Amino acid sequence: MAYSDKVIDHYEHPRNVGSLPKDDANVGTGLVGAPECGDVMKLQVKVNPVTGVIDDAKFKTFGCGSAIASSSLATEWLKGKTVEQALAIKNTDIVTELALPPVKIHCSVLAEDAIKAAIADYKSKQTQDKTSSVGAGASV
Amino acid sequence: MKLPIYMDYHATTPADPRVVDAMLPYFTEHFGNSASRNHSFGWAAEEAVETARKQVADLIGANPKEIIFTSGATESNNLAIKGVAEMYREKGNHIITCVTEHKAVIDTCKKLEKQGARVTYLPVQKDGRISLDDLRNAITDKTILISIMTANNEIGVLQPIAEIGAIAKEKGILFHTDAVQAVGKIPVDVMQLKVDLLSLSAHKMYGPKGVGALFVRRRNPRVLLAEQISGGGHERGMRSGTLNVPGIVGLGKAAAICQAEMATESARLSKLRDRLNDKFHERLDEIYINGSTEHRLPHNLNISFAYVEGESLLMGINDVAVSSGSACTSASLEPSYVLKALGAGDDLAHSSIRFGLGRWSTEEEVDYVVEKLTNVVRRLREMSPLYEMVKEGVDLTKMQWITH
Repeated sequence: MAYSDKVIDHYEHPRNVGSLPKDDANVGTGLVGAPECGDVMKLQVKVNPVTGVIDDAKFKTFGCGSAIASSSLATEWLKGKTVEQALAIKNTDIVTELALPPVKIHCSVLAEDAIKAAIADYKSKQTQDKTSSVGAGASV
Repeated sequence: MKLPIYMDYHATTPADPRVVDAMLPYFTEHFGNSASRNHSFGWAAEEAVETARKQVADLIGANPKEIIFTSGATESNNLAIKGVAEMYREKGNHIITCVTEHKAVIDTCKKLEKQGARVTYLPVQKDGRISLDDLRNAITDKTILISIMTANNEIGVLQPIAEIGAIAKEKGILFHTDAVQAVGKIPVDVMQLKVDLLSLSAHKMYGPKGVGALFVRRRNPRVLLAEQISGGGHERGMRSGTLNVPGIVGLGKAAAICQAEMATESARLSKLRDRLNDKFHERLDEIYINGSTEHRLPHNLNISFAYVEGESLLMGINDVAVSSGSACTSASLEPSYVLKALGAGDDLAHSSIRFGLGRWSTEEEVDYVVEKLTNVVRRLREMSPLYEMVKEGVDLTKMQWITH
């Protein structure tokens, strides 16, 4: 299978690999996929409670090169976006940017799911803990 | 050492230069049709074909008359299974095979099922071998054929062929084996093993692509097959079509070389394979060999590198040719059905790499592959959420995964 240059670049130089403290109230964690399906993505966002902007994003992915590239690209795009802007990222944007072939579209779907799951986690933390945080992401 | 390194000898092998040299005159100088009985061009071709027939027969302990040349093992498997099903229809319609067979056997059986045959697909045990009790229990008075491969193409596991042959003989059932991965690599003797039909292919044993053979027993019992390709009645009427003379000459030469060099070569490859395996185990934790280590081809290693997905692993070693049981390497989204059948879990199937060593594999290549792959596994594990979770003490089997 031939990979696009962008997929190879993300595979060889993945952006933002790592983990954020998952118990931090301003960190949202999304864990999607399943080992038996051959891909699992963990994507985390750290939201600035004052501005509602994603200051930091990290990922770890078990999956093929396209899955790694999709999640790496997602973290790149997430940084600097507001939570609402982040939710507007579509899997098709990832497909276009990475020139993913049809058999790899599920990798981009998984990345979109991971973004949504991370943000949902962040938002649920905010609603649970309204007294200590009055950030922009607090309302669901 | 030359890059890229080829370590996928189960997929195919390069033709040995000695094989190519033997073939060349039969494209130009001796181009005759081996069926031309009335001139020297035909006689030369026929003589070459008969020499090759003997070379192939000698390699598997058969009589030359029992060798039917085909276009390769897929055709041989089709001819054996469909040919028996059609010829022995009156006797019964039940075939026994196994879940880890090659697609050329499985899909042939599936097709026969659509036409009314009954097929039992025996499961395999954790080590990749069938249980002989399962086999005995599957036999009915309608069973006409048992088709079990000699060595598996993914995990190199050897089935108990001699025992299966004895059971088949005892019950009066024909026994076919797809021996593509074994012939020329380990001793295979159709008399000892009590095999009635055996498929082999040239390109898996340093011969050319597009030629193979089917051994069809002529005595005790005399096996009859319904032809699947009709025409001029070549090959005892079992396989019509002008013989691929250069290809057949190549297959014969390849068989002769394998026979002469098998003992030293298999010992050499088994040492190399063990070196590969030992070095991986010295360097990495949580790696698992798929299939029996005892009943295995000497040149095969199939390892799952836990928490790392196979295709991403291959991407990191682009100057090494190996293959993965991960679904991502193919258009399907299902990982290797062979590895799934072992019951080790789909996650390990996704993490598997098949190494196939061969005639030109060297120690230097093995060492290079180990270093290269170890580095990629370490890098990808640093990037793997599963590895992180396991190191934090999470039991992955108890997780609720959100599948897409």
